[in-house]
Amino acid sequence: MPVFIKDSEKCVGCLVCMFACARAHKAAGVESSCIKVRSQGGISRGFSVFVCRGCEDPPCARACPEDALIVRKNGGVLLNEAKCTGCGYCACACILDAIGWNTVINKPIICIQCGECSKNCHYGVLEFKRE
Amino acid sequence: MIDRDPLKNVLYIDLTKKRFWIEERRDLFLKYLGGSGVAIKLLEENCSADTDPFSPDNPVIFAVGPLNGVFPIASKTVAMFKSPHTGNLGESHAGGRSALALRMAGYGAIVIKGKSEKPCYIAIHGDKVYFRDATTLWGLTEGVSPARLIRKNEPGAGLRTIMRIGPAGERLISYACVTLETYRHFGRLGLGAVFGSKKLKAVVISGKKDLPVTDFKKYKEIYEELLHQLVKSEKMKKYHELGTSANVLPLSFSKGIPVKNLLTMDLQGIENISGENFAQKHLGRRVACSHCPVACIHLAALRKPYEDEPYFYRTVYLSYDYELIYALGSMLGITSSEDVLKLIEVVEDMGLDAISTGVVLAWITEAFEKGIINDKHTEGLIPEWGNVNIYAQFIRKIVYGQNEFYRYVGRGIDYASSKFGGKDFALTYAKNEMPGYHTGYASHLGYLFGARHSHLDSAGYSIDKEAMIKPMTAEQLVEKILSEEQWRQILSSLVICFFGREIYTADVIENCLRISGFNFNKEDLINIGREIYASKYRFKIKCGFNMDSLSLPQRVFETPSGNGLLNKDFTDRAIQLLKEKIKSLL
Repeated sequence: MPVFIKDSEKCVGCLVCMFACARAHKAAGVESSCIKVRSQGGISRGFSVFVCRGCEDPPCARACPEDALIVRKNGGVLLNEAKCTGCGYCACACILDAIGWNTVINKPIICIQCGECSKNCHYGVLEFKRE
Repeated sequence: MIDRDPLKNVLYIDLTKKRFWIEERRDLFLKYLGGSGVAIKLLEENCSADTDPFSPDNPVIFAVGPLNGVFPIASKTVAMFKSPHTGNLGESHAGGRSALALRMAGYGAIVIKGKSEKPCYIAIHGDKVYFRDATTLWGLTEGVSPARLIRKNEPGAGLRTIMRIGPAGERLISYACVTLETYRHFGRLGLGAVFGSKKLKAVVISGKKDLPVTDFKKYKEIYEELLHQLVKSEKMKKYHELGTSANVLPLSFSKGIPVKNLLTMDLQGIENISGENFAQKHLGRRVACSHCPVACIHLAALRKPYEDEPYFYRTVYLSYDYELIYALGSMLGITSSEDVLKLIEVVEDMGLDAISTGVVLAWITEAFEKGIINDKHTEGLIPEWGNVNIYAQFIRKIVYGQNEFYRYVGRGIDYASSKFGGKDFALTYAKNEMPGYHTGYASHLGYLFGARHSHLDSAGYSIDKEAMIKPMTAEQLVEKILSEEQWRQILSSLVICFFGREIYTADVIENCLRISGFNFNKEDLINIGREIYASKYRFKIKCGFNMDSLSLPQRVFETPSGNGLLNKDFTDRAIQLLKEKIKSLL
C-alpha cells in the first residue's frame, strides 16, 4: 500500500498534490493527474482526497476488456497505452475514484506509485510507504 | 509566448443576444502579460468614457496570466469593469479556484457584455458556454444558498469556480461584492452591483487542461524550489500561522488600527479581537486557494443556539481576516470576537464589501451622535458603538431599506455625506472607503492616489513602518509609493498573490516567465509595469477622475497615527509631487 490517507481533515484543498502527480506524469496542470481533491459538499466541511491504494488484486485491471492494465508485483497497475481503447471501464471499476482521465487523448491516468503527491503535501495528509 | 498556450484566447460573452465567441489576442498577452495588464487594455477597448456603470455596455472582464496554473501561488484572477462606486476604474482581485479554472478552461481572459432579460447565470465548461435560467435563484437569501443549488446542477466538482452575488448585488448597492468559493471575494468597488445590473446571478467556470512549458526539467527545478520557499520561508510565516489577523495586536500597539471612525486609536479590550484570540477560540479549519500551499484562509467555527428551541444549535464557518476585524470590529467599537463573526455572517449573507460596510456604519454612528442624522432617517434604529445587534439590523437596512437615507448610504459615504453633511469625518478616498491602516503618510496617500484606492495598491503601511525607524522626505515617500504600485502591476498581471511578493523577486519572475516562453529582463518588466499603471490612470482620467480635486478627510489630521500627528504641509507637498509625477507618466 504505497500512499495512504493519514488524515484528510488536515487537507486545505491547495491541490499541490494534483500538480505533483501531473509533474510525475510529465505535465504541468491537472489534466494528467490521477489523485483528486474535492470538497465534501462545500469548503466549510473540508476535503476528501481520492488516491490509488495500489490494490494487490485490482478491480480496474479485471475490468479492462483489452488487458491493457498489467498488475504490478507489489500492487497497483501499469498501463499499456497501445492496447487501451479509452473505454473507461477501469475508471468505473475503481471504487476509490482514483483513476484520472485525460480528455485530450481520451486515456486513463494511472497511478505510478511514485509517492510524489505525498512528498509534496505540506500538511501531512498523505503518507508514502514503500514495502 | 508558447504557440499552443491557450492563454491568448479571449472569450466574449454577450448576455443580451446569448452569444459567445473566442478571439485570439496574442498581441495583448505578448505586450502586457495577462491579468491587470491585459484587462486594462480590454477595458479600454470595450468601455467608453461615457458608459454608465449600470448600462449593458459596461463590460465585466476577468483575466489571468501566464504563470497561473503553472507555478504555485500564482492563484489570483483580476476583475475589471467601470466601478459604480467611483465612476471610474473598477479593479478587484480574488483567488479561490477562479484562476485555475479560467486558465485551464482554455482562456486568458473573459469579457462579459450586455444584459440578460431575465435573471441568468453563465456556465463555462471548457469551450462551451451555457446560459442558464436563474429566476428561481434571484432574491434568495439566508436558508437556501444559491451556490449550493448551482453546485448540484453543474459538472466539474473540485476544479471549478462559482462566482455569485447576493441580495446587495441584485439591489445595486454600489459596494456589493462577488463571492467565490464561499470565502473569497472580488470585494471592492462594486463588481457585485455590475453583475446585478446585468441580471447576472453567477458565473461558473470549470476546466482542467494541461499547460505547455518550454523546458520541463527546468520547470520542475524552479517549481520545487518555489514550493519549498513558500512553505518554509520566514517571510510566509505570518500567513501560515495566525493569518493576516496577526496584525491586530502589533498595529493596536503602534496606534495604527483605526477605532470608532478614527475618533481614537485606543480600544479597551482589543485583545479580545486579536488574531491570537480568534485562533484560540474559533479557528475551525484552514483552507487554501487552488495552487497555493500557504493556506492563509482562516475559518472560524461559530456555534449559535436557536433562541426559540433548546438543544438546537447551528455551527457556521466564517472566514476572518485583518481587514474584517478592523472594519466590523475596532471601527465599530466591537471588542468581542463572537460579535465580529456575527457581523461577518450578515455581510456575507448580503454580499457586501466588508471594508466599505464597516466604514459606512462607523460614519452613520458618528453622524447620529453629532445630530446630522436622526432616527427619522434611520427608521428608528439608533446606532451605538459596540452594539452588534443594531449594526446587524443596519446592514440589512442598507440592502433592503427603501427610504432616501438608506438609498444614499447604499452608494457609500462620499455620496451620503454630500447630501447630509459630515464630510470632515467621512473616511473616504476618491469615493472609496478607508482600509484598516492609520499608520502614517504613505498609507493615506496610497489610498488617495492608488489607481483602485486600495491598501493593496502600494502597501503604504509597509512604507510607514520604515518611516517609523528612519523618517523620510516627501520626495522619498512619493518615490516609494509610485515604484511599489508600478511593480505590483507585474505581479497582478501574472497573476501572483501579493502575499508571495517577497518570494517572487524580479529574478524569479524572469526565470518563471522563460518557462512560459516570455523573455523579459527586469528592466523590461519595470517598463511594462509603468505602462500598465499609466494606462489605468489614463482610463480613470478619461472617465472624469480629477486629481486636482483630491484631498484627505479632515479626520486623519486630528487623530495621531502610528507616525504621530500628520502634518498638513507635508501631505500638501507630497500630494503636489504625486500629481506632478503621475501627470508626467500620462
